[in-house]
Amino acid sequence: MADGDHLLSLRGVCKSFGGIQAVHSISFDVDAGESVGLVGPNGAGKTTLFNCVCGQLRPEEGDVVFDGTLLNGMPTYKRARLGIGRTYQKVEVFTDMSVRDHLMVAERARRGEGRLWRDLCNMSNPTADEKERVDATLELVGITQLADISVNALGLGNCRLVELARALAAEPKILLADEPSSGLDLRETEELAAVLRTVQRERGTAVLLVEHDLSMVAQVVDRAVVMDVGAMLAAGTFDEVMANPEVRNAYLGQVDAV
Amino acid sequence: MEQFFGFAFTGLPYGCTYALVAVCLVLTYQATGVFNFAFGAQAFASAFIFTWLTQYKNWSGFEAFLVSVVAMGPLVGYAFDRLLFRHIANSNTTAKMVCSLALLVGIPSLLPVIFGPQNLDATATILPFFNPNVVYFTLAGQPINGIDLSAVSVTVVVLVLLTILLRYTALGLQMRAAVESRRLVQLDGVDGNGVVAVAWIVSSFMASLAGVLFAPTFGAFTQDDYVTLTVVAIAAAAWALLRSLPIAAGMAVFIGVLTTVLQGYISPSSFFYATILPSLPFIFLVGALLFLPKMRELDASRDPLATIDPPPPPIAAASRAPTMNRIIRTLWWIVFAGFCVSMLTWIPDSWTTVFNNGLTYSIVLLSITLITGMAGQLSLCQATLAGVGAFTAAQLATHLGLNLLVGGLVGAALAAAVAVVLALLSLRLKGLGLALMTLAAALLFDATFFNETSITGGPQGISVQAKWLGTSAFFNFNGHAMFLLSLGVLIVVVFLVLLVRKGTVGRNLAAMRGSETATAGLGVNPSWQRIMVFALSGAVAGIGGLLHSLEQQVVSPTDWNADISLVLVVLVVTTSVTTVEGAIQAGIGFFVTEQVLTTVLPARIGGSSLTVVLFAFGALTYAAHPEGVLEYQKRRHTMRFERLFFAKEAEAEERKAARAISTSGANG
Ligand SMILES: Nc1ncnc2c1ncn2[C@@H]1O[C@H](COP(=O)(O)OP(=O)(O)OP(=O)(O)O)[C@@H](O)[C@H]1O
Ligand SMILES: [Mg+2]
Repeated sequence: MADGDHLLSLRGVCKSFGGIQAVHSISFDVDAGESVGLVGPNGAGKTTLFNCVCGQLRPEEGDVVFDGTLLNGMPTYKRARLGIGRTYQKVEVFTDMSVRDHLMVAERARRGEGRLWRDLCNMSNPTADEKERVDATLELVGITQLADISVNALGLGNCRLVELARALAAEPKILLADEPSSGLDLRETEELAAVLRTVQRERGTAVLLVEHDLSMVAQVVDRAVVMDVGAMLAAGTFDEVMANPEVRNAYLGQVDAV
Repeated sequence: MEQFFGFAFTGLPYGCTYALVAVCLVLTYQATGVFNFAFGAQAFASAFIFTWLTQYKNWSGFEAFLVSVVAMGPLVGYAFDRLLFRHIANSNTTAKMVCSLALLVGIPSLLPVIFGPQNLDATATILPFFNPNVVYFTLAGQPINGIDLSAVSVTVVVLVLLTILLRYTALGLQMRAAVESRRLVQLDGVDGNGVVAVAWIVSSFMASLAGVLFAPTFGAFTQDDYVTLTVVAIAAAAWALLRSLPIAAGMAVFIGVLTTVLQGYISPSSFFYATILPSLPFIFLVGALLFLPKMRELDASRDPLATIDPPPPPIAAASRAPTMNRIIRTLWWIVFAGFCVSMLTWIPDSWTTVFNNGLTYSIVLLSITLITGMAGQLSLCQATLAGVGAFTAAQLATHLGLNLLVGGLVGAALAAAVAVVLALLSLRLKGLGLALMTLAAALLFDATFFNETSITGGPQGISVQAKWLGTSAFFNFNGHAMFLLSLGVLIVVVFLVLLVRKGTVGRNLAAMRGSETATAGLGVNPSWQRIMVFALSGAVAGIGGLLHSLEQQVVSPTDWNADISLVLVVLVVTTSVTTVEGAIQAGIGFFVTEQVLTTVLPARIGGSSLTVVLFAFGALTYAAHPEGVLEYQKRRHTMRFERLFFAKEAEAEERKAARAISTSGANG
């Protein structure tokens, strides 16, 4: 089949750490503008899979194809420029930097800018155009009033929103969000779900969402993929997947017990 | 064959002392996460006191050994742990490295301050039954005397005892467990801090012992001899991946023996003997850094409990009353204008020199602001880069009659090129790996290019003449002309640094300090950013180096060797490595302090040594005040001043920030 049909295709991706098969032969596709949930219990290998897609880890086997380009062996920054954005489960904010600067880094990086001579000639001030786009993204995520505050002063929930805004500022074709709602309260989670839906509908960004909060996943995604101990358990629409007895056993059984 | 063994046996005593220090490095790194650069300095300190006691106080070797090793070693180790490293156990690699570098710089400078300058000639051995002057037997044609015997036998005994301690005692088991996770050990009800303290005590004792065993193999010795000890130990520890004690010890002995074997076979007049042989330890170190992939992951935390550390407390949003800002800025300009006018009018020549030295040093220090302050990496070869710039310009002027300012640009370009090569070689390294690589580069330059008379004009250096500046010696070149020249260049460099900091590269580097993963994940190529800032830093150092040498009227290799590189880092870390004012305050502060102390204090104490000691003390606070202790005090005092006079205004600013944080997300 032609990979051009899909935005992101995983073909038999495997990754192990020593003896642990963290990701075992995972294959699925995400289409442009689609929203897919990636769910599974703790240690299922979701974050590891994200790392394989973004290039922080190199899978031992299998191919990752994005937008018609085979990504194997490509460094993280090049993948990002192709249009893969992500947020991190363990927040990775830039200490000591203001929220607006976080977005400026993304804004410039997307176009591969950052030449020293431009800085030395004082040609790197933010343009009106850039400022406008950054403000729009801040507005979208709802953190405009935090723009000039250093992230050091922010709590976990706000840091997650900053990460989301930063990823969106790079205007990715696909957004990989790793448990964006952990650390947020109920109201904030609902707002976050709304933001993700807006991003998908208005900007046409595909979303691959890892999330333990199933009600939020249900709100956001069109399809879901279920992983358990590295392997793919099921895939289909959210309701289909949740009706699958195997999935109930591996995942929901655990949730019921809690 | 007999000849081979003869050469090899001569190397054994050296190899044994190297092995002791290599084992110390691995042991403390494993147990505490601190790579203690200062073990070589501790070894030197013990040897210094040991020799001082035997040579000048007529103590017996054994008595001196009890004081300088048995008492002093563990005491110093315990003090390091209790007063310093325990408090920074969970801080980052840079903070730990800065502290141990400050000790490396501070300890050897402290000794002459306390004891006065001494000529040291060690002849005593620590054990009464080994006489240094008696040849006990000959082995493969080599006479083996008491010094050799005691070095080898004491090392073997100590290493065997250490093995028993680690393998067969409960304490050893805990120490090995602490390697995995200090906190895990504490959860098991073991006193983790106690285990770490023992590691410090044991390794400091061994370092002291190594120092005292090492000294008599030289006879007359200086601090420089201990650089070799340190570097061989570091190289051996690197080949052991800072993990395996036996490999570290074995590698150290191997390097020691290989050195004497090569020395034996190679003709002393050959190029190889003069250049490659002294660089052997650095070659081993660079080899380990380049070819052992595990050395790239040194800083990755292996502590399974690292993630349970509470996140750092949120820092109160920096607020400052606008009126206060205006006042500070105005005051600053008044001081600056006053300084310029004074420099050109009433300040006497002796003090013009001091300030000119300070200004030119500031330029070199700004190159550290770029690398350490902005890229967050520690480079230990900035003086070398400055030297490359200065020597290039001086050589071009001597041989081609090139104008010094043009030559300076060529020199800066060359220094930038050297920096880029270094950055390329260490693309995969950061933190400790990068620091070691740059240190190796600095020492390699010292042993090769800077040791070549045709390049550096020998130990006394090349005299730099003002006439090389061009037109009638730059209008009667004197202190005032030098002041204007250095001030002009300093201002240009300050502007460049500020532009880079607020530009794209500066922002990317700041982001990389926070999270390199996330920065790369946005599409920034981290290696490229780093290469660019290394190049700029090299160029700035090169220009600063030339100007400083011009002020000194001589470029000498001792002005720009590895020791100076370390001092430079210590200086700027004390004031502030993140701001341009920090570099300027460090440069001027260093020379002013030195001048004041040399004038005020009796010559015996040595004003320059004391200045270095003072700054080293300042650098020890880096972990607590990464913004620089001077910067910290400055902020504290302006805050207090602000609270006193502009309380309302500041409060309003603060409330505005707090309100923004508390209402965030409400209108998402
Ligand atoms: N760097 C690593 N080294 C060794 N093992 C790892 C590493 N990263 C992950 N693992 C292991 O791989 C498995 C999958 O981990 P991963 O973090 O991908 O799971 P996850 O699905 O994201 O779980 P969670 O919901 O808790 O985030 C786990 O067993 C984990 O212990
Ligand atoms: Mg995860």
